[in-house]
Amino acid sequence: MDPVIELDALEIRFGGRPILKKLNASLTGRAIGLLGPNGAGKSTLLNTLMGFYKPHSGTARVLGYDVRTRARQVRGLIGYMPENDAFIASMTGVRFVRLMAELSGLPPEQALERAHEAFFYVGLGEVRYRALETYSLGMKQAAKLAQAIVHGPRLLFLDEPTNGLDPPARARMIQLIQEIRDRGDLTLILSSHLLRDVEECCDQVLILKDGNIAACCNLEEERRANQRFLELETRGESNGCFLEALERLGCQTAQGAQGRVKLVLPEGLEVRRLYALADEQSVQIRRLNHKRDSLEDIFLKAMEGPDGGL
Amino acid sequence: MAVYKKTYRPYEGTLVPAWRRFFAVPRYAIEDLHRSRFLNIFYIATFAYPLIAAIIIYMEHNLAALRLWNADRVAALIAIDAGFFMSFLGWQSMLALFLAAFIGPGLVSPDLANNALSLYLARPFSRVEYVLGKAGVLWLLMSLMTWVPGLLLFAYQASLEGGDWAAAHARIASGLFFGAWIWILWLSLLALALSAWVKWKPAAGALMFGVFFVAAGFGGAINQVEDTKWGLLLNVPNVVGTLWVWLFEGDHPASNGGVFFRLDQSGVIPVWTCWAALAALCLACLYMLGRKIRGAEVVR
Repeated sequence: MDPVIELDALEIRFGGRPILKKLNASLTGRAIGLLGPNGAGKSTLLNTLMGFYKPHSGTARVLGYDVRTRARQVRGLIGYMPENDAFIASMTGVRFVRLMAELSGLPPEQALERAHEAFFYVGLGEVRYRALETYSLGMKQAAKLAQAIVHGPRLLFLDEPTNGLDPPARARMIQLIQEIRDRGDLTLILSSHLLRDVEECCDQVLILKDGNIAACCNLEEERRANQRFLELETRGESNGCFLEALERLGCQTAQGAQGRVKLVLPEGLEVRRLYALADEQSVQIRRLNHKRDSLEDIFLKAMEGPDGGL
Repeated sequence: MAVYKKTYRPYEGTLVPAWRRFFAVPRYAIEDLHRSRFLNIFYIATFAYPLIAAIIIYMEHNLAALRLWNADRVAALIAIDAGFFMSFLGWQSMLALFLAAFIGPGLVSPDLANNALSLYLARPFSRVEYVLGKAGVLWLLMSLMTWVPGLLLFAYQASLEGGDWAAAHARIASGLFFGAWIWILWLSLLALALSAWVKWKPAAGALMFGVFFVAAGFGGAINQVEDTKWGLLLNVPNVVGTLWVWLFEGDHPASNGGVFFRLDQSGVIPVWTCWAALAALCLACLYMLGRKIRGAEVVR
């Protein structure tokens, strides 16, 4: 798969201070999460990918276009939902989104039609003729999403899309992002410091810490791999025989204290077979957990590293 | 009401060329301005002087009409010459200053106030195009009230006087065109720069007048204290007037500038210094714009 974003020793400096430190990565996911604590460089990376900041050294390529030399082409392919408020207060919602569509190259008539569609899509159809300054925070977030998708971009940059939203509004925003992702027409880059947002929407994650890449992993692969790790809590006299029987089925096992067993299932072996085996060995399985190395675990491990490296 | 599908779909239609996208910015800005009744009335009123000037030219060539009013001697008093057109340009340019002070502050500041600039510039749309788009609004409106009617009046006078007059006074036509553009370019840059830096519109508008009158006063004070004439370079009407006189009349001026743009009698400054002063002011405005018109703030 062609990389969506390639970072090639990308370095950004402000006033001589390095903000992004020679980043190297190749991101290929359909929905890529940018994670990191505040000040890690997430927004700086997004701004650099859009050509707002010139790299001090190295470069980055977005959908194959070098941001140093082809920033205009890059911006023609993306939709951008910024972190902070971004609107023209006196304009009505639909007029504002229409203007943004026209700036992206849509003819005026098409831009108007798409602006209406985008507003209905994000759930603001009824308020599209109201001035943006009268919108609530959640409505402003949705309007920002509408202007980001109105021109049908190939790549969507979402910078903290759930910032300041109450739980229902957050759930609605996440649902919209998932719907857009699942259509498969575009690639998402979601920058957030909220692990849950990234976990729910993304299949690949790039974790930044102090301007370095702390981790870059494919969440889908992690999830698939985690499905094969199990933790069991057992009761019964013939625990040793049970372990031997598991190993004969091809499982890798490790025995812990108080009947705890960790094991890796071989391909093709269903979990229900374990219950049958336990029954045969007169062992009770009191608890069975998939050892899920959650994004939180990945993130915390990444943050523990001295300079961000896993 | 139209029914819209509540689903995301990519755009598969055609895109307009880049040069057409550029016109979206001035078009939306003019639509916004058109909503102001005061501005509409003011703008229509600015065409009163060109109308009066056209009537004067007509009267000057129609003694019969003047005789009807028992004013046939007036024709001898009115001279349709460089001074006439410079006064026309001076009057219209002063109205252009009011127009720029009224609409200029509202062009950029609303985009900066709520960070909308990042949305403009996250599209295939450059900072230069943004500034040109916003300035285009001022260029269009100010052109329609300065050099466009000026050249129409010149053409009208030429049609009444004949081709020889037009050939002999061609410098007036070029003076009208270039003199107006000097003013328009400088005024639009100043209006945009102040709009980018001063978010409160009344303050930005007041600052525009301040640049003219306060700076002129400051320049006068420098002249008095230092016993010099170089303080005149801070007097924008004097600087522009000097350039206009040169544009209209060359190196042998017969007049002392247009109305509101009279040359200061306390001293004459070389034309090249006026060009340099105006260029320096334009560069300062461009620098101010360059610092503010960015997709993202650089926090050092």
